[in-house]
Amino acid sequence: MKLADTLYFASGSLRGSPTRTLLMMLAMSIGVAAVVVLTALGEGARRYVINQFSSLGTNLVIVLPGRSETAGIGAGMMTGQTPRDITLDDAEALLRSTAVKRIAPLTIGSATLSLDALNREVVVLGSTASLLEVRHMAMSIGRFLPPGDIHESASVCVLGIKIKQELFGNNQAVGQWVRLGDRRFRVIGIMSSQGESMGFNTDEVVIVPVASAHQLFNTAGLFRVLIEAKNRDVIEQAKREAEEILFQRHNEKDVTVITQDAVLATFDRILTALTMAVGGIAAISLAVAGVLIMNVMLIAVAQRVKEIGLLKALGAPGRQIRNLFFAEAVLLSGIGSLAGLVLGYAGSMIIGQIYPSLPVSPPWWAVLAACGTALGTGILFSVWPARRAARLDPVAALSGR
Amino acid sequence: MIELQNVSRTFTVGDQQVAALRDINMQLGEGEYLSIMGPSGSGKSTLLNLLGLLDRASAGTYLLDGGNVTDLSDVQQAHVRSQKIGFVFQSFHLVPRLTAAQNIELPMMLAGIPAEERKQRVAELIASYGLSERADHRPDQLSGGQRQRVAIARATVMSPAVLLADEPTGNLDRTTGWEVLKLLEQLTERGITLVIVTHDAEIGARALRQIHMLDGAIISDEKRAL
Repeated sequence: MKLADTLYFASGSLRGSPTRTLLMMLAMSIGVAAVVVLTALGEGARRYVINQFSSLGTNLVIVLPGRSETAGIGAGMMTGQTPRDITLDDAEALLRSTAVKRIAPLTIGSATLSLDALNREVVVLGSTASLLEVRHMAMSIGRFLPPGDIHESASVCVLGIKIKQELFGNNQAVGQWVRLGDRRFRVIGIMSSQGESMGFNTDEVVIVPVASAHQLFNTAGLFRVLIEAKNRDVIEQAKREAEEILFQRHNEKDVTVITQDAVLATFDRILTALTMAVGGIAAISLAVAGVLIMNVMLIAVAQRVKEIGLLKALGAPGRQIRNLFFAEAVLLSGIGSLAGLVLGYAGSMIIGQIYPSLPVSPPWWAVLAACGTALGTGILFSVWPARRAARLDPVAALSGR
Repeated sequence: MIELQNVSRTFTVGDQQVAALRDINMQLGEGEYLSIMGPSGSGKSTLLNLLGLLDRASAGTYLLDGGNVTDLSDVQQAHVRSQKIGFVFQSFHLVPRLTAAQNIELPMMLAGIPAEERKQRVAELIASYGLSERADHRPDQLSGGQRQRVAIARATVMSPAVLLADEPTGNLDRTTGWEVLKLLEQLTERGITLVIVTHDAEIGARALRQIHMLDGAIISDEKRAL
């Protein structure tokens, strides 16, 4: 029997019981769609996190004060010491490393920003001119912080676009004076809108020179030092040298240096594992669909005993009858998975519409795995019914026994 | 053509051995017209199934067309059925979802004959069996006589050497039954060996050769003069 004839005959028997066929295909397509949508969500979450990290900058090495920030009880707490501050001189010293392209010290705090009668609480970032490049930020109007001596506490500030809107509306802001805490600052530029990244909205910050911020908050320690390595290959070197330089200056290891890559890789691993786990759970529904196919196939064999007997009488060997039932299973799960793919992609698109910031798209391996599992279970679970059909005794089958 | 030598068939029912056929010896020539008669349970259907290679002899030898087909594998048996044997059943056994033409085409499709050749052969048969207007109807839209004609067309589409008919008129009214019978008898003129199983003496009597069975044994084997 020719392959085309086998498929034609099998599709004929599927059309012969449309309700049953549709229900089986529905089960199959729901399984495939579940895998596609869930993995798309997982993959979307992974890409979202990675995008967020990447928008922080490239080839970043981050220096934090204190050893191992996440530990609840550090050596310093036991001995009554607090970790030593990272000072501006420490930050400048980091530039001695050949792997370092530029650094941006970062101090963070909050202060009241006021203009005439208007005032609001804002997050204040203290940094240097390098921050613009290191953090991949962009200006809307005016200039960023002026380059120059890191210790110089100029009374200038750069506003986030939202702060500017709230304070000045559509009026000219650049050149105006605002009050931040107990000091007056002249607005020299407005950041362009960047939106939120890593829970930190640059539209709602005020950026001042780091020395000014230290005076404002009466501190000498930095919150972070962002280091941009010269290229991807020297990130590890930059990290090592940053640790060395600070060790020489502090005579102890009291800072933590992390690389953006390491953090990124960790998130990547976690979220990929999550995606696979979720996809695996969805694949269970495919196995259930497979059991359903087996059940319905067994019923089909029982219902078509006479037809099977007839086919045998007409000269079909058992192998051919088995192939007919296999063909039915393949058609069922094949068309079912196609429908599932359509459903799944449609579902992903709808989710993408609802959450535009989430880059929802099913990973190719999940799509392949879903279709493969669907076809595999379809065929696997039809082995038994098909064998049963192939082994029917023709005489008994013809008399419907 | 067909030769059975000391063929017997026993079934195991529970822990008892029941002999359905006992030591059957018979020869059947090309184009012969045979009827097998006997009360129900006499083994006539078992004999027919055995002749059609749907069943295996427990003992003895079955020669078909000069070849020994007693111990063929299932696949080989299926091949012989496909090429040499046609079946006509009491309850027609048409596939309900296929049209008359598709039902006739089925054996050729199973045998892997190219579609063009199939269409041509089916068209010939449909015309010669007077089914032209019914070719695209499904079995439930056909009368009993038409259904049996479709079944006969299907049984002959592969040009078999032997046609085995189990009560072919059993589900038909008298007039239609006679028509179907005539159709079958005409086939013998083309050299097909026709075996009809029936419990209807009147129908059995039409055959040139009649075998009577009782309790799994042949009790009489008579040839009627033309």
